Amino acid sequence: MDDLLNEFLTETAENLSALDVELVKFERDPTDQAILGSIFRMMHTIKGTCGFLGLARLEKVAHAGENVLGKFRDGELQVSPEAVTIILRCIDRIRQLLAGLEETGSEPEIDSSDLIGQLNAVAQGQATPVAAPVATAPAAVSEPPPIVSDAGFPVAAELLLEVEMARGSGVQGATDAMIEAEMEAERQREVAKAAPAVVAPALAPAPVAVAPAAAPVAKAPVEQSSGDPKESALAAASIRVGVDVLENLMTLVSELVLTRNQLLQMVRGQDDSEFKVPLQRLSHITSDLQDGVMKTRMQPIGNAWSKLPRIVRDLAVETGKKIELQMLGAETELDRQVLELIKDPLTHMVRNSADHGLESPDQRRAAGKNEIGTITLRAYHEGGHIIIHIADDGRGLNVDRIRQKAVQNGLATEAEMDQMAERQILQFIFRPGFSTAEKVTSVSGRGVGMDVVRTNIEKIGGTIEMNSVASKGTSFTIKIPLTLAIVSALVVESFKERFAVPQINVVELVRTSPRSETRIEMINASPVLRLRNRLLPLVSLRKLLQQESTESFSDDELFIVVTQVGTYNFGIIVDRVFDTEEIVVKPVSPLLREIPFYAGNTILGDGSVIMILDPNGIAAAAGQIASAGKDDKQVAATSHEEERMSFLVFRAGASEFKAVPLALVARLEEIDVKTVERTRGRHVVQYRDHLMPLVPFDAGHQWKTEGKQPVLVFSEGDRSMGLVVDEIVDVVADVMKVELNTAESGLIGSAVIGGKAMDIIDVGNYLTRAYADWFAPEANHAAPATTRALRRALVVNHSPFVRDLLTPHLAGAGWHVTTASTGAEAQRLTESETVFGLVVTGLDTPGFDAVGFAQRLRGNPSWANSKLASIAEDSDDEETTELRNAGFDLCLSKADWANLVEELRALIADAASEAVAAQEAASAGPDTKVVRVRKRSSRGSRRSNAQKLAAE
Amino acid sequence: MTQTAQREAQSGQDVLGGVTEFVTFNVGGYMFGVPVLRVQDTLIPDRIATVPLAPPEVRGSINLRGRIVTVIDMRRRLGLSDAGRPAGNGMGVTVESGSELYTLLVDNVGDVITLPLHLREANPNTLDPLWRDLAGGTYRLEDRLMVVLEIDRLLDLRAKN
Repeated sequence: MDDLLNEFLTETAENLSALDVELVKFERDPTDQAILGSIFRMMHTIKGTCGFLGLARLEKVAHAGENVLGKFRDGELQVSPEAVTIILRCIDRIRQLLAGLEETGSEPEIDSSDLIGQLNAVAQGQATPVAAPVATAPAAVSEPPPIVSDAGFPVAAELLLEVEMARGSGVQGATDAMIEAEMEAERQREVAKAAPAVVAPALAPAPVAVAPAAAPVAKAPVEQSSGDPKESALAAASIRVGVDVLENLMTLVSELVLTRNQLLQMVRGQDDSEFKVPLQRLSHITSDLQDGVMKTRMQPIGNAWSKLPRIVRDLAVETGKKIELQMLGAETELDRQVLELIKDPLTHMVRNSADHGLESPDQRRAAGKNEIGTITLRAYHEGGHIIIHIADDGRGLNVDRIRQKAVQNGLATEAEMDQMAERQILQFIFRPGFSTAEKVTSVSGRGVGMDVVRTNIEKIGGTIEMNSVASKGTSFTIKIPLTLAIVSALVVESFKERFAVPQINVVELVRTSPRSETRIEMINASPVLRLRNRLLPLVSLRKLLQQESTESFSDDELFIVVTQVGTYNFGIIVDRVFDTEEIVVKPVSPLLREIPFYAGNTILGDGSVIMILDPNGIAAAAGQIASAGKDDKQVAATSHEEERMSFLVFRAGASEFKAVPLALVARLEEIDVKTVERTRGRHVVQYRDHLMPLVPFDAGHQWKTEGKQPVLVFSEGDRSMGLVVDEIVDVVADVMKVELNTAESGLIGSAVIGGKAMDIIDVGNYLTRAYADWFAPEANHAAPATTRALRRALVVNHSPFVRDLLTPHLAGAGWHVTTASTGAEAQRLTESETVFGLVVTGLDTPGFDAVGFAQRLRGNPSWANSKLASIAEDSDDEETTELRNAGFDLCLSKADWANLVEELRALIADAASEAVAAQEAASAGPDTKVVRVRKRSSRGSRRSNAQKLAAE
Repeated sequence: MTQTAQREAQSGQDVLGGVTEFVTFNVGGYMFGVPVLRVQDTLIPDRIATVPLAPPEVRGSINLRGRIVTVIDMRRRLGLSDAGRPAGNGMGVTVESGSELYTLLVDNVGDVITLPLHLREANPNTLDPLWRDLAGGTYRLEDRLMVVLEIDRLLDLRAKN
């Protein structure tokens, strides 16, 4: 007897003895899904192995038994005592066959056709014996897979069964090809199951049917009873490779990359080196090899999700809920090993959401929600991490219950609880032992094994964050590093130590020195940099890493690595900048994992070990972004998360704080009062070869006679204006949410920024005081009464100045503003389901086809009521006509700001009132062209009147 | 050396009961031992890259044949002063814990000695709590004491606090 058979007998004997136990339970409670499932799996294993070993009789019996069990499991067949008896008899027969096999080494001659007939009858849901089997050509077989012995390959019998089965399930006829394909698929599934997901170059040819003379081709569309042809084709194109082989390969490639880098460094700078050309080739091949090996390890996260729809469906049926599972970003790839490790936690969390998080349809209706609950899974890459977001729109966590339970379990005292924020209390669900307490799960709605989930995620260096809003839902954000990736990184130096910054986060490098134009300036201990008319918040690496206690920028020369995290930009101050290198990201030691600033460490080409900085961690530590993924572009496109803005807070006039979007401020200056001159009743100062008007924020400003005067400088092009304030206080980042509109000129409204109420100033108003033709002075616009940002506006413009200038205006009028800086971004934003009520576009935005854009939007009925406005550098009548024909409601010229602002205001008001009107009377046709005759302001420029007339 | 003599004296014990081989090293005048099976390597660390913000016990990282190894300053870990620290980096004993490698930075590395299990004595009750936590018993050698260090506890810096 060969080893394989021996192994099979041992394994099956073990299985059968386990089956004995299960069967007793099964008899007692035939509805228990878990027991049924395990019996099914054992039967399936026996069948599969028989096929491999060519044990035709055994396989036939097992296959027939499996069919019946499968139908029990899927609920297609009711479990009846008779059926159970037959299953038991089937197992007895398997035992009998095995006993014979063990004795003689070959299958005993036992005729099982009666039993199989009975089993098939049960499987088809009928008590009567089946009709005579249909004969098929036994020769109609393709080359069997190499593992199967020719002699014992049970083709005919299997085919016969399949045909019977197919007939039973209503299939009129099938080609041999189909049957063969199904058999093949089944075998491949076995293989695939044994070796989950190792993809490698094709080896086995796809199954091809022979026997053209056999059964006729079925014409009617036939529903295949099992087996997905695509899946089998994929499985056929793969071989099994041990993970450790790949692991080893990966390590070797990593070393190869490092060695290559070392060689490249040696040759660099020697132009005439004979090694140059071969080294270049080596370099390319290494890169390709690296990519190839990486690919063997990367798998789409969808693989880990594939079982979820089924689980959710089953749970929905079980609990009587209506659940929709949305899976976004299934193609996002991550390391196979990581994938395996997060599979269970993910499944667990989705199950939790479906089981406990979502309410029943009745409850949802009562709460005024859509009765279909939604669970959303979203995955995307972000700076060397993969972010997985799991959210449901269910009832949220019950904080009181968690608090109560935590006190009961002695995790915290009542007094401690009172000190805790809600968020902290929610964290208790991650405590071991807490979650397993039975009452919490049924009442608070979540928790079994959340500690295990967290432990598993942290084991692979990931983090999990949770957010829950009562009756709105719960969301989890998992962040996992791509630990085995090779990335390109910029090597920098800070205080004589080198660090790597992932190149993907680096936008640009700026060199600063105290004597040059670009230098680091301080706003109340916060360093900032003027960068192309913008202020960039800075973080000193020395200070962040506590390499030195005091911050001083007296050094001759410093470098700023302008870094982007999501949509947020900031600068990291470093001492020196070296080359970009390909590095192998190695996870940091567990002892260092708690330091949030490192994404990993690596060995450089020269053999030294350096730390890889984590820009996400640095940004978070700098207090600029609250939580991961918030500013991510993908999130912005699909969710309604609000964008954060940085504000400069200052004091002027009355004691309360004022704020202005930081992005609008070009520079901060302290001007020596002695240099301030007066011309024609205005204060001016000589500034960069120009006269810059100074406008006091407070009309009753008392000019000092000596000392320094803080001034906020706004500029566009070569025009600048200085706003005179009393004190510059701070820079804070917050969501722009105008709480209160004001009729007072010079203010957009009040908002809570950084926990304090402040007035947000309307920069436009002050600009016009400096240059009458920059912006015409504005009348007191009573902004529309709607103060809540219910409506959504989109601003498309490449110029950040224009974007930031328009945003407060729109936000102040109650619009929720989204911005796009390129045509592609605008395209993406408008392709999502969000409909913007107002779109303001800049014609000179790169990659932006205004006409096509408008036509596309106008072609979509849901955009019919939206207002479109365009802003051109300069007006062009011909172009204007074309734009209007394309569907623009308003065409404005940037050269004429006064008119622009006014027209926009009017348009905003129109859009608002129209939104109301549209709700009241849905009769308004989609083609109501809005050209309004409005009493024009006498200040409106001639050009714009002409333009308007031409259009009308 | 005395340890050699010790080993010769003890070698007869093999048949009677279990023995453990220890790699011995000195830190601040004390002698310590770790089971030889846990030791990957002894080395003289060359370039130790410091890691800002790391716990004080972590001296930095080194490159050990393509692997990044965390260096633990044993004087710090054992709460000993820097007095009498040898010039240079001293020596390193590389041990494995979990799937990670750590190099214990010690003053110097001694011999490998084989000691029978039954001679191992429990920690004296009066031992400093920090040491008591790290020590897995002591051996009375001929001329001095050797403290057996528990590597896993040694590397669990959080437990210390």
